[in-house]
Parts: sequence; structure tokens; C-alpha cells
Amino acid sequence: MKLYIKYDINLACRVILQEQLEKFNVKYQLLDLGEIDFKENLSDETYKNLQEGLAKYGIELLDNQKSQLIQKIKDTIIEMVYEKDKLPTSTISSYLADKLNLSYGYISNIFSENTYTSIENYIIMQKIERAKKLIIEEGLTLTEVSYKLNYSSVAHLSGQFKKTTGLTPSMFKRIVDKRRGIAKE
Amino acid sequence: MMNKDQSPINIMLADDDEDDRNFFNDAMKELKIKNNLTLFKDGKDLMDYLEHPDTVLPHILFLDLNMPCKTGNECLKEIRSNPKFKDISIAIYSTSSSEKDIEDTFIDGANIYIKKPNDFSKLKKVLKEVVNLNWQFHTSGLNKDTFFFSI
Repeated sequence: MKLYIKYDINLACRVILQEQLEKFNVKYQLLDLGEIDFKENLSDETYKNLQEGLAKYGIELLDNQKSQLIQKIKDTIIEMVYEKDKLPTSTISSYLADKLNLSYGYISNIFSENTYTSIENYIIMQKIERAKKLIIEEGLTLTEVSYKLNYSSVAHLSGQFKKTTGLTPSMFKRIVDKRRGIAKE
Repeated sequence: MMNKDQSPINIMLADDDEDDRNFFNDAMKELKIKNNLTLFKDGKDLMDYLEHPDTVLPHILFLDLNMPCKTGNECLKEIRSNPKFKDISIAIYSTSSSEKDIEDTFIDGANIYIKKPNDFSKLKKVLKEVVNLNWQFHTSGLNKDTFFFSI
């Protein structure tokens, strides 16, 4: 018997973090965007134990400033794509610059150097990823998806979807359905 | 929360043509992303290696469809029926451009479909793009089950 699940990865990570942190009896606060604010300094041993405890969940502590910034940029983009129902279209650069309190030129250079892709490409990748989820998990029509992701038209969404994946949204849905054995022959 | 920007990407290729293998090797050397490449000349060698318990599994595996002994398709089906290999992205390259073949390949479990271009420099560009894209997916924790790319 097969069951299909939908999961909220952010929630799952927060719960895991809380469970792991409880073990160490330290005062902390979980902030948004992958930040933990410790009210006191961690001993090397505690840091190491925490690191090990989190490692098995695929959660890494970032102790490198560049990595932290990259992750913050990615997290901000994801938040933009997923949590705001309407994405800011023409003001993405100023949104990021404001949110991170750095010049956009600097942000985009660091991002490209370290991730080998541009911020623009990364945003498109995340939008299409969300489009896939909306199509499969929520069964939204293309019209609804293009509205939710702030595309000017279904054609615009399909165009970007095809450019990013090489498939049309309907071919994509057909493949996923067939893989799951819900064939519509 | 996940950041694996610094670790190299592990790539494997199974192709019976020696020129293709050398060519692929050259293309991967030019890649900006750090990578480790392992080459196989047929499907059986590949599967034996993958099944070995000490083998470090690849992030991405390129399969030529037309191989003697064990075809790319047979390898694809075998790999996809083993949950141990579920995190491997599989790229099939083929000379077919029929939509049905492409669709069937994805349905059978491939993530990437590459229509072999005639031009070597185009193929190099495609291979680099594919590896880069796969790495983007990997480092951003995106869903491999719905990761498809056709080019």
C-alpha cells in the first residue's frame, strides 16, 4: 500500500533543532531564516556535540561568514517565493539589498562566485520548484499557479517552466502521474 | 539550513565508446565545480561497482542508452528498483528525440534526458549545464523525485 505525504520542511527542522538543543540546557532563541541566537557562549564540547547531533539530520552549523551570507540569500529568496502570496517583481534587487543590509552588487557577486549560478537563475529555479509542488500536491490549474507565482500569464509560466526543465507543465504532470501508477491511458 | 557548497560532486559515466568517455572526461575537467569522475565501459561493470558496499555513490550518473551486454535502460530500471540508490540523479543520453521515448525514459526513473547533439562543443556545454543544474538541486535540498531536465 502506498501513501503519499506532504511535509513542511521548515517545521520539521525547527522541531529537530528544538529537540537537539533541549539536550544541552543552554538558553537560546530560534529566529527566522535559519538563525539560532544563543544567550550565552557555547563551550567547544557543547558545540561539537550539537554539531554531531544535528549532522544525522543533514543539518549543518555554518561557521563561515560567506556560507552564512549565501544561506541567508537563499533563505530570503525562498521566503519570497513561498510565503508572500505575491512576489515583488521589479524590486527583487532592492528587496534583497534592504533585507540583508548590503549593496545588491556585493550580494550578487558573492552569490555567483560561490554557487556558480546567478540570483536571477536561483529565483527562477525556486519559482518553478514551487510551481511543481502546486501542480502536484495542490492540484492547482496553470492559471491558479501563474497567479500565485505572479506570472503575467499562463503562457509566461509555461514558457519559463519549459525553459527551466525542458518539459511543458502538462508533460511534467503526466510523467509524475504515470510514475505513481495513476495512468490515464 | 543545508550547505554543501565546498564538497566535490561525484560523477559516473557508463559508455562503451572510448572517444565518448575521453571527451566526457575533458568536459568535466573544464567544470568550475570540483568534481570526481569515474568512467565505466559497460553497464555490467557499472552495476557491479555500484552494488559494492564500499563504493561512494555518485551524485549523478550518466548512462548511454546503447551499450552491449547491459543497456542503459536495463541499468536505469535496476538502479531505480533499489532504494539504496534513490538519491542518485540519472542522466540518460540518447540519439532519439521522440517525445514518447523522452517521456518513457522519465517514467522509468531518469531525471535528465540529453539528446546527443552532433556538435562536440554543444555536447560539452550541455554536459556542464546538466552537472551544474544537478549540483544546484543538490545544494539547495530540492526534491529529486520531481527533478526533470530535458535538453
